[in-house]
Amino acid sequence: MKLVVANLAKEFNRRAIFSDVSFSLELRDSLAITGMNGAGKSTLVKILAGLLSETRGSIEYSVDGKAVPVDMLRDQIGLVSPYLMLYDEFTAKENLSLLSRIRSNSFQIEDRSRELLQQFGLWEKRDEFVRTYSSGMKQRLKFVFALLHQPVLLFVDEPTSNLDEEGVSLVRDVIEQQKKDRILVVATNIHEEAGWCSKRIHLKKI
Amino acid sequence: MNTFYSTYAVLLKDAQSELRTRYAVNALVMFVVTAAVIVQLAIRSELPSSAVLSGLFWVVVFFAAMSGLSRTFVSEEERGTSMTLQLVASPSAVYFGKLSFNIVLTLLLNSAITILFTVVFPGFVVETFGTFLLTVLLSSIGLASTSTILAAIIAKANTKGTLYPVLAFPILIPLLMTAMRATTRALDGEPFGNAAEEYQILISYIMVITAGSYLVFDYVWKD
Repeated sequence: MKLVVANLAKEFNRRAIFSDVSFSLELRDSLAITGMNGAGKSTLVKILAGLLSETRGSIEYSVDGKAVPVDMLRDQIGLVSPYLMLYDEFTAKENLSLLSRIRSNSFQIEDRSRELLQQFGLWEKRDEFVRTYSSGMKQRLKFVFALLHQPVLLFVDEPTSNLDEEGVSLVRDVIEQQKKDRILVVATNIHEEAGWCSKRIHLKKI
Repeated sequence: MNTFYSTYAVLLKDAQSELRTRYAVNALVMFVVTAAVIVQLAIRSELPSSAVLSGLFWVVVFFAAMSGLSRTFVSEEERGTSMTLQLVASPSAVYFGKLSFNIVLTLLLNSAITILFTVVFPGFVVETFGTFLLTVLLSSIGLASTSTILAAIIAKANTKGTLYPVLAFPILIPLLMTAMRATTRALDGEPFGNAAEEYQILISYIMVITAGSYLVFDYVWKD
């Protein structure tokens, strides 16, 4: 898989958020998006994940040299973000199962969800409602959800927010694993987290 | 096949969520009971004509639908889960999943209103059951289709509560007028075939609204 972004710009109500963002990523690449609050890091991640439309510029995903629309890559993209919420009225297990069913890949999640829930220390709490989870546990569950279908492209916005030391270490492991043979994009304000990635773009507040 | 499975999964998720939270059902039940009681108190022992009764029936259906059917999208937006859904499902799966859920909800709502009207108003006697059944079925699908796309549009607005009925009313006028006419025929005992024109209008309405909604949903849902 390859991602080529050229002269990307986003405006909300004619107010520019960012402009002229260009980069390209291939397998084993990792990119850190840095910038002050309001510089458009989260907006850029949303656009790259196909959740928002760009105002100008182009985003081209290609698999084996063939261009593929981002909407067709839903089962290859994972996202962890503060604005991405899971369903409070369901348990962790139900969330993973229902969302995988909607993604149409529920047949392969049983073992994988068990493995990830154990890895992130949520196995014992798998049958508890998400509304009873602490913010750190919710962040761990978001990682489980994002990694469940083994995405080729993982977007992580504020990776360690609300996490304790153990959680940060788990995230670090996930990031290292993802960097080995897949693509990773991290949006962060924290210098150390930006250092996890091989490439970096800095968004300036317009 | 994937879109079909995904659509079914969205419907299942909404149904399970509704059973747990009762976001929409509570609003609908409260409204229906309150409206029926108020109408009954206003009419007292009067025996209204079938045209008036069918009008009252669809007024209650309209306002009840306005109070509950927007929840499918509004609750996703309020809980911050709309992006999660966007990430895992195609727009068509979300649209048809939510539409199916709203159709089921509207059919249940209309069944409840029918039972309530039959109990509360002695004059509300369905003479031609086939006409009534088909009218309620087609109108429920039309009402759900309009409500679903409008709910997706208003979910991102600040003034959701007022915007929804204001936007819905002009679009639903043809459906409500046709449904009222066909219901009057059913209450008057006219033969099933007499309402053929109404069935044609309702089917055309469903096709136009559903096709139009499907075409614009991608834009509404994404931005």
